[in-house]
Amino acid sequence: MKVHRHSYDAVIVGAGGAGLRAAIEAAGRCRTAVITKLYPTRSHTGAAQGGMCAALANVEEDSWEWHLFDTIKGGDYLVDQPAAEIMCREAIDAVIELEHFGLPFNRTPEGKIDQRRFGGHTRNHGEAPVRRACYSADRTGHMILQTLFQQCVARGVNFFNELHVLDVAFVDGRVSGVIAYDLATGDLHVFNTKAVLFATGGYGKMFKVSSNAHALTGDGPGLLYRRGIPLQDMEFFQFHPTGIYKLGILLSEAARGEGGILRNESGERFMERYAPTVKDLAPRDMVSRAIQSEVLEGRGVGQEKDAVYLDLTHLPPEQIDAKLPDITDFVRTYLGIEPKTEPIPIQPTAHYAMGGIPTNVDGEVVVDADGTVFPGLYAAGECACVSVHGSNRLGTNSLLDIVVFGKRGGRAMVDFVRSIDLPALPDGVEADVRGRIENLVSGAGGEKVARIRADLQAAMTEKAFVYRTEETLSSMLATLGDLVRRYAEVTVDDKGPTFNYDLTEALELGYLLDLSEALVVSARARTESRGAQFRTDHPLRDDANWMRHTLATRKGDGTVELSYKPVVGGDYLPMERKY
Amino acid sequence: MIDIELKVKRFNPDCDEKPHWQTFALQAEPTDRVLDALHTVRWDQDGTLSFRRSCAHGVCGSDAMVINGANALACIVLVKDAAGNDGGTITVEAIRGLPVIKDLVVDMEPFFAQYRSVMPYLVNTDDPGYTERLQSPEDRARYDDTTKCILCAACTTACPVYWGNSEYVGPAAIVNAHRFVFDSRDEAGAERLDLLNQRTGVWKCRTAFSCSEACPRGIKVTQAIQEVKRKSLFDRI
Repeated sequence: MKVHRHSYDAVIVGAGGAGLRAAIEAAGRCRTAVITKLYPTRSHTGAAQGGMCAALANVEEDSWEWHLFDTIKGGDYLVDQPAAEIMCREAIDAVIELEHFGLPFNRTPEGKIDQRRFGGHTRNHGEAPVRRACYSADRTGHMILQTLFQQCVARGVNFFNELHVLDVAFVDGRVSGVIAYDLATGDLHVFNTKAVLFATGGYGKMFKVSSNAHALTGDGPGLLYRRGIPLQDMEFFQFHPTGIYKLGILLSEAARGEGGILRNESGERFMERYAPTVKDLAPRDMVSRAIQSEVLEGRGVGQEKDAVYLDLTHLPPEQIDAKLPDITDFVRTYLGIEPKTEPIPIQPTAHYAMGGIPTNVDGEVVVDADGTVFPGLYAAGECACVSVHGSNRLGTNSLLDIVVFGKRGGRAMVDFVRSIDLPALPDGVEADVRGRIENLVSGAGGEKVARIRADLQAAMTEKAFVYRTEETLSSMLATLGDLVRRYAEVTVDDKGPTFNYDLTEALELGYLLDLSEALVVSARARTESRGAQFRTDHPLRDDANWMRHTLATRKGDGTVELSYKPVVGGDYLPMERKY
Repeated sequence: MIDIELKVKRFNPDCDEKPHWQTFALQAEPTDRVLDALHTVRWDQDGTLSFRRSCAHGVCGSDAMVINGANALACIVLVKDAAGNDGGTITVEAIRGLPVIKDLVVDMEPFFAQYRSVMPYLVNTDDPGYTERLQSPEDRARYDDTTKCILCAACTTACPVYWGNSEYVGPAAIVNAHRFVFDSRDEAGAERLDLLNQRTGVWKCRTAFSCSEACPRGIKVTQAIQEVKRKSLFDRI
């Protein structure tokens, strides 16, 4: 295996919204490399649909304080309030900046950026839904990804496409490099660098029914976890209420923002019983639980009565064409249903990781309850946990997160690399990656990646989904033990150096297994229900014991150690979450 | 489940001198995607089969390929439409006009270099300060169609002119130039039109409409190219 060596001031791993926004900040200010295992425009930011909230007040009265309140309440009070305040205040400038970058927002008749309703976003602390989401039809994420990529092209950002980062090198307690596998050649690339920002996105491929792309395997958090960096709040994984039945493909909350209604088998608008004020526009965790409850109580639809309907048939056809063109096309393509005349069967789908690599508001990775910064290590976007989403992210706040904290992380990283010299990078830092690859290629075991992955996804969907108990989680841990043993016996078919996806899928599965364990161990220990984590055996929120973030650390012997850090409070005191 | 055959044009640079066809027999649901069938092969039968994919629902643009002779994304073509409801053979090969590296994976670098060559970004030197630029819904609608491009290369690699002349920037690059030429906020239209007025630019287009037929996003690519041609002729005197 040939090894190529590079030297940069800063390396960004991942080229979705957060990575590209950080790259715009770093380009021209320090020598920067952006590494992605895909091409930038293939990143999953492009699949985001509905919008990006900011209290522009373009169409009705609004304020960033209301946005902040909604974010904290939506996150079931596990949100760090000062961080969320930064996000909601800076949202306004972030949207304006994207407009200046060329983003084609939908416009009001006066030519201003148009705004629409979204789940959990309300006027004056919960009075009624508010029009806060800035959008571009139902392809807002596509437009953000394209626009940020366009700006990177304008700035001549230095991309390394189809390089798969598999390890990080720490020397004397600071970052000194990353190690990547070249998909086109099978060579290794060692980057000596002063700092690295991880922006690798989510890891929803640990579940069977998932809105996530195949690429979302948590490589960034996974490789850092193996190097001893803790992962925060892993138990909080969002299940989006409206995934296409069986496939899990996302149908945006914008469908309900535009007036879509959820109905059960008898046609009842059941959300009126669960959230009398905002109904279908309640936050995602509540809507997903309501759907599961309807199904469990026998009011579901579909072949196995395990879905409900999303009904758009009462909306004017021209509104559907103008505001929801892409998602209605998905329904036509994959279900053969015409959404203008027939209701759409949907079910909750694994969607978004609230947890991840712990950072402060400048994207610096913090490794303990005291906020100790690991020098040179940064993270932003879904792979990070700031924590602005708490235990349940509000719709649109992920697009906001990636641009606000991508920018802040990029800026902080530039300041850092200007203050120090390039650290030494000892020979042989690629040994671990080389060993992993050689084992997978030359191993004699007969296990297949696809079988283990399918078993993992099925078990996680059965035992660690919307509803969890001590029993299901313990059972999942036992399953994981078996899967990890089988993983050690994996051998790949493809032994060649050129576009060996058999090999990279095997490497990715390793991270999914590790992150699943961190999730399940964290979830089992948290004996309460909060936001996206619902424990049937502990159905109430327990503020006395659990107003704290989980940190999961992998010890040298492979066991998971849990510790906790307090939630950073603010003006808003926890109260019962009603909508 | 139905029985289907997936006939794939294979090439491995490490051991093959030239491409060859290989047929895999497998079962699929009629409503499965062709991408699912490719996964079934890679995951259950032959791990050496290489193809790119990510989102699997037609928005990331990774898996453009030639399916039954026509360019398409493997993740939005269903098995029943490609093989028939009772099963049959689906042929799959790499998109044409870009160098094949392995199996269905082509070298995308020439394609992205052509994209970069047309200034695919907003140019506006005014500083509007901390406020948005206004744009009427009509002005916004003017370039809506070409904002949908996902850079999958289905259009460019369906173009017979591009097959014969890889210097031609190709439909996708022109689509991305169009997106800014017709954006009322942009100031670099003339510069972009100069770039597209060169020998490698829009005049290479012979209006075969292959690009429009190939676009998985339904962009009227040929019309966009004609609009750029027209603007280049009539708006600059």
